Amino acid sequence: MIRFDEVTIAAGAVTLLDRLSLTLAAGAPTVLIGPNGAGKSTVLRAAMGLLPPTSGRILREGEPRRAIVFQRPTMLRRTAEANVRYAMADADRTAELLALVGLEHAATRPARRLSGGEQQRLALARALARDPTILFLDEPTASLDPASTKAMEDVIRAVGRQGIKVVMSTHDLGEARRLAGEVVLLHRGRVVEAAAAPRFFDAPATEEARKFIAGELLV
Amino acid sequence: MPENLSALDLVLTGDPALFAIVRLALVVSLSAVLLAALIGVPLGAAIALSSFRGRDAAIVFLNAMMGLPPVVIGLIVYLALSRSGPLGEWGLLFTPQAMVIAQTILVTPIIAALARQTIEDLWLEYRDELTAMDVRPLRRITTLVWDARFSLITALLAGFGRAAAEVGAVIIVGGNIDGFTRTMTTAIALETSKGNLPLAIGLGLVLIAIVLAVNGLAWALRRAAERLAG
Repeated sequence: MIRFDEVTIAAGAVTLLDRLSLTLAAGAPTVLIGPNGAGKSTVLRAAMGLLPPTSGRILREGEPRRAIVFQRPTMLRRTAEANVRYAMADADRTAELLALVGLEHAATRPARRLSGGEQQRLALARALARDPTILFLDEPTASLDPASTKAMEDVIRAVGRQGIKVVMSTHDLGEARRLAGEVVLLHRGRVVEAAAAPRFFDAPATEEARKFIAGELLV
Repeated sequence: MPENLSALDLVLTGDPALFAIVRLALVVSLSAVLLAALIGVPLGAAIALSSFRGRDAAIVFLNAMMGLPPVVIGLIVYLALSRSGPLGEWGLLFTPQAMVIAQTILVTPIIAALARQTIEDLWLEYRDELTAMDVRPLRRITTLVWDARFSLITALLAGFGRAAAEVGAVIIVGGNIDGFTRTMTTAIALETSKGNLPLAIGLGLVLIAIVLAVNGLAWALRRAAERLAG
C-alpha cells in the first residue's frame, strides 16, 4: 500500500500537487483521470519515488516492488528481448513476458524499430521484468490506434489478474470505464473525488466529477 | 626509400621501406587511439553523469584540451623521457612507445570531450527509465557507453584523424629515425625539406587513402551493427 499524506510538490512557482491525500491499496486497478495539468503524471512519478514531496509524506507499507511505464517510454538501443532482459530482477523470464505482451515474434528486432504500440507493450514487459507488486502506467494508450489500444488494455487486464496492483492515468473516460476498479478524479493537483468505478460513473458525488463525466471542461 | 621513384611506384613495387612506414604509422596511431579510448571514454562518462563543484570548469578545460598544440605535447613528453627527465630511466625517448605516449596525450581529450557530450545527451534520454529501474551508477555508465557505442565510433575516428595527421609531437619524441620511428607524416616532412615534392605529395595521398579506408571501414561496421541492434 502507498499512502499520500497531505503531499505538496512544487516546481519553482508552480504547484503540481497541492496537499494531496490518497491511498493506493492492493486490489483492482486504480485509474487516475482529470484534465491536462491535473497532476496525474506527478502522482505516478511521486509514488514511484522519482519526485520527492516538497511537503507532506508518502508512506509505503511493506516496501512494495514498484515499476512504471512512462507515457513515452525510452527504448534502450538494443533488441526487444535485450530490453526486457536488462530489467530482469532475477530469473530470466524474457520469453514468457514477451509472449504475455504479444511480442514473441519481435524478440530479436531492434526495440527502436518497433511501432508505437509495440514499444508501449515492450515497455510494459520490461516493467514486469522488475517483478513488481505495484505497476504504474502513465497514459499507456495515449498515442495508440484502436487496435493497439485494445491489445494494450488486454495486457493490462492480464497483469491485473496476476495480482499486480495497477495504477494508471488516462484522459480517456471510456478506458477508465473499461479498466478501473477505482477512479480518482484529480484537478489542480488535488483529489476531487475517489470512488469505486461503478459509483463514480453512476452517482458522482461532486459537481466537478459530474461535469467531467458529461464531457464539460474543468477550468 | 629510393628518391627517384614516385609514391605510386613505391606502392606498386611493394617497397618494403614504405610499407614499414605505413605499418608503424598505423600501429602508433591505433595504439594511441586504443589507449586514449580506454582513458577518455570512462572519463567522459564519469563527467557526464556526475555533479561536482567546478564541473563546468572541468568541461571547459577538457574541451580546450582538444586544441592542444602537438609540438608542446611533444616537448613535454621529450622533457619527461629525456635522460635527465623524471621518466628518463625508462629509456623510451626516440622509440615508437614514446610516440604512442605523445599521441595518447593528444587524443585523450578529444575522445573524452566527445564521449562526455554524447553520453550526457543519452543520459538525458535514459535518466527516467534507468532511475525507475534502480540501476546503480556503475551499471549506468556501462549501459550508456554500450548504447552510445555507435556515436562513440565518431569520437574514436576524430581521435584517429588527429593521431594520423599529427607530425609535431612524433618528430620530437620519435626523432624520425629511418626504419625505426619514421612514420608517414614525418617522412612527408623530411621529403618536403629535401625538396622531393613529388614523393612527399605521393606519400600524402597514400596517407589520405589510409585515413579514408579506416573511416570507410568504421562507417560500414557502424551501419551493419546499427541494423542489427537499432
